[in-house]
Amino acid sequence: MQTFDLAARGLRELNQTLHGVNGNTNQTAWEIINTRGSHAIAVGVDAPIDITVNGTTGYYCAGMNKQATIRVNGSAGPGVAENMMSGAVFVEGDASQYAGATGRGGLLVIKGNASSRCGISMKGIDIVVHGNIGHMSAFMAQSGNLVVLGDAGDALGDSLYEARLFVRGNVKSLGADCIEKEMRPEHLELLEDLLRRGEADAKAKPEEFRRYGSARKLYNFNIDNADAY
Amino acid sequence: MTSEFPHTPPRKSYTFSDAVNAEIRRAAATGIYDIRGGGTKRHVPHFDDLLFLGASISRYPLEGYREKCATDIWLGTRFAKNPIHLDIPITIAGMSFGSLSGPAKEALGRGANAAGTSTTTGDGGMTEEERGHSKTLVYQYLPSRYGMNPDDLRRADAIEVVVGQGAKPGGGGMLLGQKISDRVAMMRNLPKGIDQRSACRHPDWTGPDDLEIKILEIREITDWEKPIYVKIGGARPYYDTALAVKAGADVVVLDGMQGGTAATQDVFIEHVGQPILGCIPQAVKALQDLGMHRKVQLIVSGGIRTGADVAKAMALGADAVAIGTAALIALGDNDPALEAEYQKLQSTAGAYDDWHEGKDPAGITTQDPELYNRFDPVLGGRRLKNYLKVMTLEAQTIARACGKNHLHNLEPEDLCSLTIEAAAMAGVPLAGTNWIPGRNGGF
Repeated sequence: MQTFDLAARGLRELNQTLHGVNGNTNQTAWEIINTRGSHAIAVGVDAPIDITVNGTTGYYCAGMNKQATIRVNGSAGPGVAENMMSGAVFVEGDASQYAGATGRGGLLVIKGNASSRCGISMKGIDIVVHGNIGHMSAFMAQSGNLVVLGDAGDALGDSLYEARLFVRGNVKSLGADCIEKEMRPEHLELLEDLLRRGEADAKAKPEEFRRYGSARKLYNFNIDNADAY
Repeated sequence: MTSEFPHTPPRKSYTFSDAVNAEIRRAAATGIYDIRGGGTKRHVPHFDDLLFLGASISRYPLEGYREKCATDIWLGTRFAKNPIHLDIPITIAGMSFGSLSGPAKEALGRGANAAGTSTTTGDGGMTEEERGHSKTLVYQYLPSRYGMNPDDLRRADAIEVVVGQGAKPGGGGMLLGQKISDRVAMMRNLPKGIDQRSACRHPDWTGPDDLEIKILEIREITDWEKPIYVKIGGARPYYDTALAVKAGADVVVLDGMQGGTAATQDVFIEHVGQPILGCIPQAVKALQDLGMHRKVQLIVSGGIRTGADVAKAMALGADAVAIGTAALIALGDNDPALEAEYQKLQSTAGAYDDWHEGKDPAGITTQDPELYNRFDPVLGGRRLKNYLKVMTLEAQTIARACGKNHLHNLEPEDLCSLTIEAAAMAGVPLAGTNWIPGRNGGF
């Protein structure tokens, strides 16, 4: 385990060090201490390594991650794992706004609650939230899966495309063109895998969820649908 | 009464002109506003309203074609480890793959490369055609984040965070389904054939303080190597420039209302934003007030067509310009040779702007293989290079006449204005006077 003291060595050295790690290294486990809410911790990592962030982070922790598994032992600020490409990010505490925004791949797990705009404009990422999510989550979500064990706020999935949303609790309101859809066997199977990988299989069963997705009425502009906007 | 009394001659309304009435009828028939590409078509105060003074006794000119007048430029000297050095201060503005064809993007790269300047990606992400043929490529970081990935960030020479554009400050876009080929769909993570929305705002930041942190993240990902541009639409240029500088921009890109778009509402293009002439002095003032003029470089765009426009923009305080619409015309867009085909599309060469329909006969703004295969990217690149060279020669000619051995040495003192409006906007005197409306008494 390599320990990196962020307070002593600074953000620039941290990210430069992590960018210097490649797939051939024996240094596969990293620990970052003294985070003190810093922004842009472990951004742009591109190696199959394990990074443990001990402490709370500011904006954009694990932004654009590729390959790495990053575990935040604390809460995460806005934009955690934004535009993630692959790998996995686990947040043991809560996450602020736009967690996993525009993510194109990989897995984001939030053990606590996520704030508004969770999964906004997601493009292939899988997100599992053990708690609740706030308003405007999955707005314009294109693809990927969002799993919420708790409740969802207003305007869930507004204007979404092909992303699948699974919510166990209540949904305060659905956004434009977002509808409840039938939960078929393939969705239960998919959900079972996501709950397992999201370390939530002991907390919830696939049968307890409802599925939401796009009604696909707004896919091509039609003036008769103008009232929906 | 009978017909021996003459009638008042027919007189059409200026307010309800034929064009206005035609649009009312079109709206009534279809129930949807007009969507089109390009920039504003109305007349707005422009560089044509300014004149250079040239040199006589009080200024000493340089010999045309003999004495050196340099044109090179550095961009991104504030923070980036690798600032950009271009041979000419005329860059190619961001235009998206998806809106433009692959061969058109290749031609832009070829032309820019040959002329010693940069080209810029767009909403669709980075294409191999463009990266492969562009020595210097600026990667746009857009609200839609289509095709956004850290590998392309690192392959870029600079990163342009797009906050707004001149044709539609505050507006997003819509790439209609008919232009969504398999390749465009794959690049954008969306099904083929459906409309693709380009958001009006970034999904993961909500204000200037967030922008500052977003720029920090991008710099960290790219190891502080690449200049970070921030592109704003010409709406509130003083404050937006100041906030972009505060957020850490290396370069501010300012796009006036004449700047083009792939497709948006005509009412938006014609009624939102300000002419670039009025925007440049405000942005320059913001930079000067912050002590950052020439330290944070200013690229301006929106209706740049000639070397005279380039020279005037630089005289007003810009470091460089960007061209979009003019570059497309140089490639062959709206060429009269294609008049018969434009007429089939109920348009005419010089006026065709329904680029969103994907039927561009020039093969430039389409994803239809039959159409884009007509376009020769090598020839297109050569035409663009020629055009860029001509603009540069024109700007040098003017600069020498003003006694300047570098385009950067042009200054507002070299200009006067033909109209009160342009004088007030540009902050230069009305011709024949020393009167700058709103600033001094004059004679």
